[in-house]
Amino acid sequence: MNAALCGIFLKCQYSGVKNFPPGKTALKQTMNETSPIIKIEHFHKAFSLNGEKITVLDDINLEIEQGDIFGIIGESGAGKSTLVRCMNYLEKPTSGRIIVDGQDLSRLTEGQLREARRGICMIFQQFNLLMQRTAEKNILFPLEIAGVGKQEAKARAKELLELVGLSDKADNYPSQLSGGQKQRVAIARALAVNPKVILCDEATSALDPATTRSILALLKDINRRLGITIVVVTHEMSVIEEICQHVAIIDKSKIVEVGKVQEIFAHPKTAAAQRLVYPDAKMRERFIGKRCCRIVFDGSSSYAPTVASMILECKAPVNIMFADMKDIDGVAFGELVLQLPEDKALASKVVGYFRTHNLFVEEWGDDAE
Amino acid sequence: MMLNSSTGIMIAKGLLETLYMTVSSTSAAYLIGLPLGIILVVTAEGGILPRPALNKILNIVVNLTRSVPFLILLIAVLPITRFITGTTIGSTATIVPLIIAAAPFVARLVESSIKEVDKGIIEAGLSMGATPFEIITKVMIPEAKPSLIVGGAIATTTILGYSAMAGIVGGGGLGDIAIRYGYYRYQNDIMIATVVLLIVVVQVFQDIGMKISLKQDKRR
Ligand SMILES: Nc1ncnc2c1ncn2[C@@H]1O[C@H](COP(=O)(O)OP(=O)(O)OP(=O)(O)O)[C@@H](O)[C@H]1O
Ligand SMILES: [Mg+2]
Repeated sequence: MNAALCGIFLKCQYSGVKNFPPGKTALKQTMNETSPIIKIEHFHKAFSLNGEKITVLDDINLEIEQGDIFGIIGESGAGKSTLVRCMNYLEKPTSGRIIVDGQDLSRLTEGQLREARRGICMIFQQFNLLMQRTAEKNILFPLEIAGVGKQEAKARAKELLELVGLSDKADNYPSQLSGGQKQRVAIARALAVNPKVILCDEATSALDPATTRSILALLKDINRRLGITIVVVTHEMSVIEEICQHVAIIDKSKIVEVGKVQEIFAHPKTAAAQRLVYPDAKMRERFIGKRCCRIVFDGSSSYAPTVASMILECKAPVNIMFADMKDIDGVAFGELVLQLPEDKALASKVVGYFRTHNLFVEEWGDDAE
Repeated sequence: MMLNSSTGIMIAKGLLETLYMTVSSTSAAYLIGLPLGIILVVTAEGGILPRPALNKILNIVVNLTRSVPFLILLIAVLPITRFITGTTIGSTATIVPLIIAAAPFVARLVESSIKEVDKGIIEAGLSMGATPFEIITKVMIPEAKPSLIVGGAIATTTILGYSAMAGIVGGGGLGDIAIRYGYYRYQNDIMIATVVLLIVVVQVFQDIGMKISLKQDKRR
């Protein structure tokens, strides 16, 4: 399936899809590659509810680089959707600037804003497909709006259906598609006018784990092959781990932590980040009073039997208290909590072993350093 | 007097008049009510073109017309009817009050159908850079189509009922016949025949509307 997908992507690229459609719908191409594609400066958003002002987001500053997969995570009600909806001005900031692809969205006229929006597509948790249109006609919708000719648009829709693996479902109505298939149509629709940015608001939250993985894989491939910047809003750390390069954590209307996913995963500094990284707060409590170490596999070590080798080398019996490991493309990702031996020398030997193997180790317990 | 060929012809003529009044005033009511209903939705707070003042005024106008019982409206607008059609009796004259009564009713039906369209779908349209006009013509109306068609059937049968009421003031059609023969002359057979016909016509309109709507509905 992946190989087939690659083939289609390549085909699309060679058939000129990447520069489609020219002119009218493309965002200004004047910027250079290194400046951030999305820049948010001193962004503030408040809603007034029954005369009362509620601050949802406060002094947000964010830069998202071209070609990145950027995650925004936070608990429910943290303001993630509000933030992402401001990135295409579906929602207007109370104050502050949102600059997308070199354009300050606040300075655009309604018409210019509509044009800019064609470069910033969005996919939603509830798919939001036109229910009275077939899959193919849903993909044609943005092309109609962009004023693309009928023949050209049809050919494009066909390519996109192929790209998302739904060529045989062109004439199905959304009600005749599964959730995952609906989201594939939504992705194809988002790609139709060749956006520079795709905003995903909880795009996989209505899907089961297997379908989630396939949708995330599709997004990852799109990012890799078409160079489209993707902003992923989610409340699930697993989604961030799976596809994002950078992540911002929103808590209590502020961005409390931002950086590389591996770094934040390995060293969550703030309480909010720790809550997300160790989703089960009770888990930590279970280890209180025991001398433990938490080992983080952040993708920098290969999926070698590290623990087994350690036991063989240090001759130290350890208890695995908790493990949440994933093998992503042969790279170990996740965390492991071990109960350390009572013998202090042996314990530090164990910790040392992992550290020399370039793993991040955090010691917990009464007498942890 | 039993039903004979001349009363048969009279009833057939009445039926045609009723259909004429119903179809033409429903169409005219939609010419006014469809845009009005859409304007009510899009200019509302949180709509795609919020215009609170205009929205308030339109709502008041619609409510005022809706709150006047049809029979009273029928008599109240007689001068207007005479001014437009040159007469106050007959089926053509009845069309005028029918349109005045039906247009705001249709506007409300359209408004509620359009309001049913999922906000998320409209948002998706906006996020793709659609203009408000494109949202209306490519998202709102097509997505609300099954519901609009059901509304159309309801409007048609309601207007048919109104047209029969106009029989009181010599409005023509089956209602007129029922009142003249059944009510003033106690000819129950004619009364029953017209009532049965009215019921059949209502049923037919209702059925056609529901069937088309069901066929158009791709949500299931
Ligand atoms: N139009 C609005 N009017 C008033 N308050 C709003 C409005 N939209 C959002 N809010 C408030 O803003 C806060 C953030 O909402 P938002 O939808 O951005 O949260 P979220 O992080 O996306 O949450 P979730 O994970 O549940 O989707 C919430 O407390 C919500 O009640
Ligand atoms: Mg949300």
